[in-house]
Amino acid sequence: MEEFITTKDIHLYYGEKEALKGINLSFPAKGINALIGPSGCGKSTYLRTLNRMNDLIPSVTMTGSIMINGQDIYSPKMDTVDLRKKVGMVFQQPNPFPFSIYENVTYGLRIAGIKDKQLLDERVEQSLKQAAVWDEVKDDLHKSALSLSGGQQQRVCIARVLAVQPDVILLDEPTSALDPVSSGLIEDMLLTIRDNYTIIIVTHNLQQASRISDRTAFFLNGELIEEGKTKSVFLNPKRQETDDYISGRFG
Amino acid sequence: MIVKQWVINGGELSENSFGSLPSFGGEVILMDPIKDKIQSTSRETRQDIIGKVLSYSCISLIVIVVLSIFAFVATKGLATFVVNKASLGDFLFGTNWNPSATDKAGNPLLGALPMITGSFGVTIIAVIFAAPFAIGTALYMTEVASKRGEKLLQSVIELLVGIPSVVYGFIGLSVVVPFVRTHFGGSGYGILSGAFVLFVMVLPTVTSMTVDSLRAVPRYYKEASLALGATKWQTIYKVLLRSATSGILTAIIFGMARAFGEALAVQMVIGNASIMPKSLLAPASTLTSVLTMGIGNTVMGTVGNNALWSLALMLLLMSLVFNIIVRFIGRKGRM
Repeated sequence: MEEFITTKDIHLYYGEKEALKGINLSFPAKGINALIGPSGCGKSTYLRTLNRMNDLIPSVTMTGSIMINGQDIYSPKMDTVDLRKKVGMVFQQPNPFPFSIYENVTYGLRIAGIKDKQLLDERVEQSLKQAAVWDEVKDDLHKSALSLSGGQQQRVCIARVLAVQPDVILLDEPTSALDPVSSGLIEDMLLTIRDNYTIIIVTHNLQQASRISDRTAFFLNGELIEEGKTKSVFLNPKRQETDDYISGRFG
Repeated sequence: MIVKQWVINGGELSENSFGSLPSFGGEVILMDPIKDKIQSTSRETRQDIIGKVLSYSCISLIVIVVLSIFAFVATKGLATFVVNKASLGDFLFGTNWNPSATDKAGNPLLGALPMITGSFGVTIIAVIFAAPFAIGTALYMTEVASKRGEKLLQSVIELLVGIPSVVYGFIGLSVVVPFVRTHFGGSGYGILSGAFVLFVMVLPTVTSMTVDSLRAVPRYYKEASLALGATKWQTIYKVLLRSATSGILTAIIFGMARAFGEALAVQMVIGNASIMPKSLLAPASTLTSVLTMGIGNTVMGTVGNNALWSLALMLLLMSLVFNIIVRFIGRKGRM
């Protein structure tokens, strides 16, 4: 496996509390990787280390190293603004800005200084199509994004990330606030873009993880218990805890 | 509620043959308390009614007070035009304010335009200065400062709100007026000095309301923006301020309402000349300053007194307008 993202010995503390206890985990370039585990096991925290969103919480301290595409993202020379353009993130709650759909999708481009109307229009259409929401919103791109349904909002949020053309897309339980139909649309959409992006998705839905992911990592109490091809993790788990969790005996 | 009581009462009295029909005599009396209890209002319901009556009477008292103030000021203020036959056009657009004199046609000289200009002048200049400072301070408090710095600034602002206006006026008189005199010329009394004093007075109001509206912007907007590779400044400028626009406008209008209604501090530095101000440095007057200066020197029922009531009515209407604007912005902001 050629490693695109490599994290070594990640320890992360919220004040005194140790939330991640030495995570060693790598992801290949392209494809879908699922992070599973019970609530509070540290998988979302881990995800947020990959685009340095934890920097925004003052009490957080972190040790260890994270390399993305050969770059140490925690080196003092790393610009978090550049990093977050390369590593996009979709949150649990659909969080479009209270602007129009068009402005939402072009936000990332415009803050990057792109003003070319034609390019913006192209990217909007392309990303909304990729996010499987184009047909539903193409006629009212200038309507407020808040007027859409939750599932549409989440897909617009995904389009907003795709428009910046990142290498990595982090999704933090993107479908847990949505109905099954919307969740299904987002899963299908992720499958269509898996060849172009390195996707890391945190999910509580084990079926979702088994349906769409190529690799799965199982977290428990801040530790990485098991990691590997999704098929082998789900069918032949090496560790008892993994077996217990995926068979529903706890969590 | 009733259902519950039925069960409780039923439980208590189950011995007394709830199943079998009570015969006439002693047992009928036993049934009556149950019936009474079920049919009469419970203690909780009565408390509910008492609470409702209390709050409704408080509300109606306040409504009555507000309406009577309005009615009183309106009758008094309109008397100028109805009883003393002054024309509304002359009042709003005339520049000659001399209630004790009459013009050739015998109408009192009640041109309030100088005061209206003065009031709007000090208000608008004060707010133009105050708004950027207030927004800057509010952004510093919500986005930049540490918890301790934020608390410190918060208490400074609360302190500024608490200073009595006469103190502001006094400082204006002894610091701002000489400052304006030496640096801008003129006597130092005038709209500019009034605006400076009001600037300091409205700053805390506008700042704390702006802080509230910035804090009301959901955290996840900020997160989403930063996660898309926006810098802190881009996030503030393009997401935070934009989402909080209606709140910030409301804060500014509130500041204007405060500035428009301030009497004492302005009166101490504006020079109190009821003539059309020719420059920001010339002595002028505002609706409030003429009122506070004149109200003790006129006799009830005279033209001079009625004219002051007309100014008061004008002030009242303006505060109503400010309120309506705030409501309007609030409604637009929610959409």
